[in-house]
Amino acid sequence: MTLAEMQFVIPDLRPASAELFMLAMACGILLVDLFVKDKKRTLTFVLTQLALLGAAVITFMTSTGEIAYTFSNMYVDDLLGDLLKLLTYLTVIVVLFYSRGYVLDRPQMAKGEYYTLTLFATLGMMVMISANHFLTVYLGLELLSLSLYALVALNRDSVQATEAAMKYFVLGALASGLLLYGMSMIYGATGTLEITAVAERLYQGQANKSILVFGLVFLVAGIAFKLGVVPFHMWIPDVYHGAPTAITLLIASAPKLAAFAIVMRMLVNGLVVLAADWQMMLIILSVLSMAIGNLAAIAQTNLKRMLAYSAISHMGFMLLGLVTGVIGGDARFALNAYSSSMFYVITYVLTSAGTFGMILLLARAGFESDLLDDFKGLNKRSPWFAAMMMMMMFSMAGVPFFVGFFAKFSVLQAVVAAGYLWLAIAAVIFSLIGAFYYLRVVKLMYFDQPNDPSPIHAPFDVKLLMSANGLAVALLGIFPQALMSICAVALLRSL
Amino acid sequence: MVDALQQLLQGVFGPVFPLVWTLLKIVLIIAPLLLGVAYLTFWERKVIGWMQVRIGPNRVGPWGLIQPIADGVKLLMKEIVIPSGASKGIFLIAPMFAFAPALAAWAVIPFNDTMVLANVNASLLYIMAVTSVGVYGIILAGWSSNSKYAFLGGMRSAAQMISYEVAMGLALVVVLMVSNSLNLGDIVKAQGRGMFADNGLGFLSWNWLPLLPMFVVYLISIVAETNRAPFDMAEGESEIVGFHVEYSGMAFAVFFLAEYANMILVSTLTAVLFLGGWLSPVGFLPDSIFWLFVKIAAVLFFFLWIRATFPRYRYDQIMRLGWKVFIPVCLIWLTVVGCWMMSPWNIWK
Amino acid sequence: MEFKTFVFYFFAAIMVFAALRVITARNPVQAALFLVLTFVSASGIWMLLQAEFLAIALVLVYVGAVMVLFLFVVMMLDINLDRVREGFWSYLPLGAIVALLMVAEMGLVLGGNYFDLFENKVPQAAADATNVMSVARLMYTDYVYPVELASVILLVGIVAAVVLTMRDRRKTKAVDPATQVIVKAKDRMRVLQMPSEKQG
Repeated sequence: MTLAEMQFVIPDLRPASAELFMLAMACGILLVDLFVKDKKRTLTFVLTQLALLGAAVITFMTSTGEIAYTFSNMYVDDLLGDLLKLLTYLTVIVVLFYSRGYVLDRPQMAKGEYYTLTLFATLGMMVMISANHFLTVYLGLELLSLSLYALVALNRDSVQATEAAMKYFVLGALASGLLLYGMSMIYGATGTLEITAVAERLYQGQANKSILVFGLVFLVAGIAFKLGVVPFHMWIPDVYHGAPTAITLLIASAPKLAAFAIVMRMLVNGLVVLAADWQMMLIILSVLSMAIGNLAAIAQTNLKRMLAYSAISHMGFMLLGLVTGVIGGDARFALNAYSSSMFYVITYVLTSAGTFGMILLLARAGFESDLLDDFKGLNKRSPWFAAMMMMMMFSMAGVPFFVGFFAKFSVLQAVVAAGYLWLAIAAVIFSLIGAFYYLRVVKLMYFDQPNDPSPIHAPFDVKLLMSANGLAVALLGIFPQALMSICAVALLRSL
Repeated sequence: MVDALQQLLQGVFGPVFPLVWTLLKIVLIIAPLLLGVAYLTFWERKVIGWMQVRIGPNRVGPWGLIQPIADGVKLLMKEIVIPSGASKGIFLIAPMFAFAPALAAWAVIPFNDTMVLANVNASLLYIMAVTSVGVYGIILAGWSSNSKYAFLGGMRSAAQMISYEVAMGLALVVVLMVSNSLNLGDIVKAQGRGMFADNGLGFLSWNWLPLLPMFVVYLISIVAETNRAPFDMAEGESEIVGFHVEYSGMAFAVFFLAEYANMILVSTLTAVLFLGGWLSPVGFLPDSIFWLFVKIAAVLFFFLWIRATFPRYRYDQIMRLGWKVFIPVCLIWLTVVGCWMMSPWNIWK
Repeated sequence: MEFKTFVFYFFAAIMVFAALRVITARNPVQAALFLVLTFVSASGIWMLLQAEFLAIALVLVYVGAVMVLFLFVVMMLDINLDRVREGFWSYLPLGAIVALLMVAEMGLVLGGNYFDLFENKVPQAAADATNVMSVARLMYTDYVYPVELASVILLVGIVAAVVLTMRDRRKTKAVDPATQVIVKAKDRMRVLQMPSEKQG
């Protein structure tokens, strides 16, 4: 057969145009960066931000309310995906602004590849969010993970960073292996890897239950690693602590959105028939995470490590929303449950970006500023930023009239409506225990003397963004309805 | 006559006849090959001698023709010294790793449109796979000698070989694209079609002309791949110590044979892939296996010629050439040929 | 028994033996070589399944490139195998649990034939298309998105490797070969005409 006889239909590229643009820009910036002589790499930075902005514009413009499939049903473009992608772009833009000063102070990290690897990580997140095929989920996950491993190790002369990168890499490779095991068993049971086709075959009862459950266990194990819930949480404290703070900021914020997306796609879109099984698994994971995360964070003296354990507990809380979707075969509460989880994840990403951004604000060349003691007396040095940090700590603790409170409230509402009263009580107790370490930070800022009374130096754009971040946390707390209804609509039109 | 022989053997051996016939074909390929390898060493010394205005070996036998046999006997009689602390098993296996791929690849080479030992559909891929196993012989020889110089020489040589394998592979991909098949026989037949072939000037429609950059890249890459001058830094005889420094006697002879057998193999591949295999260069002469032998001899003469002419490349120059020059050239030409094939001026229908 | 069955058992026995020797060999280079043997036997088995492209690609990629890389690394690192083997007995219980789980899983999958687990049969390929062509056709039409993503992952691998290991070489005084090879004779030499000196 000659070349001419093969039928080739070019897939519809319009839904995937954001990914294509991002790939082209990442490769282009990689090349342009070779010719940039400037030590501060301003051109690379500006081009990266423009690439993210351009991708946001394209996603916004190609977003219809309808679900569109392309690339042989491997790619899905729906409202859920568009919303999560727009939030991802916003988060990465903010992350790059916050980290610029930190990165420039450390010569090993001040390379153009920092920006290109971040763009590739963003591409990986975009692919994960729009995946409709297990293979695509895996490839997006690997693209994101490989870029993050390299970014964590970027400060190659620092022993902690290299150690954190090794741990992340080895554990991440293991988790990807478990995920693939699960995917292959599900393929064996259903005969297809496409997520919507898997759901269909499960509906028609065409699959063998025991292999499916085995596969589900491995799948949940792989997802749990990426989310960072117990018992697959061991990498989070070490990697968050060891990695350079700029990279910790990146790891702690945007990938959580992508992880949430793959949970929605694989478990809710694909394996909803097995909901009784994976909901039970997630309940166990969630309770353990909240317990261990909150309890372990109390003993920490390093703010990054404390925030790492708090991340574990927050992800556990977020999972609570997902377990209440399908009760006894009844999907009445599904929309409420899933949209409350989504709201929780979005607000967590916002707050987490703010807290790590504050650490970056205080860091200087040679001084990491990640110990709790470095935040002592922040109020005397800069009352405005102490107030911002206080708002974010209160939000994470769940103090009323900050957005964290509403997130927790909506998740607990979904849990109670589904009838899991004991689960709600446990969640509240652990949150109360957890509030201690957040309030300790506030106490240090307001009631202690500073170790180093010099005022805070930061570029204007970072100060502006940080203020916007803090105020958003406060305002969303007072007016949460807009974001909540957006989440609900996105989920309604996508599932 | 061949049929009569087949009938006789079938009568004698019965059920194992296919095995016996295949073994006979293998012997028919390997025996002349080994003889060719031996006399190639002699021919090299003669040719380089003439280029340096002197006579090569001419003492042993008439016109020096028994020289290779004398060399072989000498090497057989020498003791194989195994260095103390060397891993004996790996030390002795390494020459085999180098020699076996050079012989195994001959299974798929077509000598004629009917004469090929194994007419596999993926023969080009098979050859690439088998030749990449040859690197192991070098690495293991260097490492198992328990000598720092041998080890470093082995690493140098192996790094050079795998670098040029990439460029070779890409050149072969372009040939594959225009021939639309991985089968070596089909590739030769594809070169027999085209505008020039129909008008009697067959040699202008062979692959060397439209794929000229790839031909040049391939020719130079095979010289680098076989560690021949001017790319013989790894074993540069008067300057630096190579991977085979601890080998003596028959083990050394096997490495030597492996190098020349590899030379003949890659010359044959050049002849088959770029120079039209068994096809005749002009329309009025018939195709035959002798054309293939003439082309192989020409490429081998090219090997010997550049050994006598050019000074040795330095190691960093070798690596730069392989990675920074050949691979971009291959990639660009791949794109050019790809676009050419999709355009209305496509000559490879 | 049939010749094919005999060949299968031959390759399978070699493969199992070689795999065992990979984990029990004292010398890491020997272990790497036994791994090469395992790959080659696996390639033979795949050839029996008429998957010739995959079989040859296994040799080309794994044996020809990946294992060469392994060997380079193993030879350059001074691996003290006794120290690596130290914790064997303390890790045995956990390892045994994981191994039992995997065996149970494999038993389920392989014994599935007897329990009617598989409704999906392996489709038979068309007789005229070669293996390579079928794989290529699928790869660039239905699966073009994963193929492109895989290539981006490889690009990220290259970028990461370079950015993590390349050091600034400005301290050494090596000559740049690119400028060296385009030198012309007249850049280096000047031919003078001189009157000949007579012997006095």
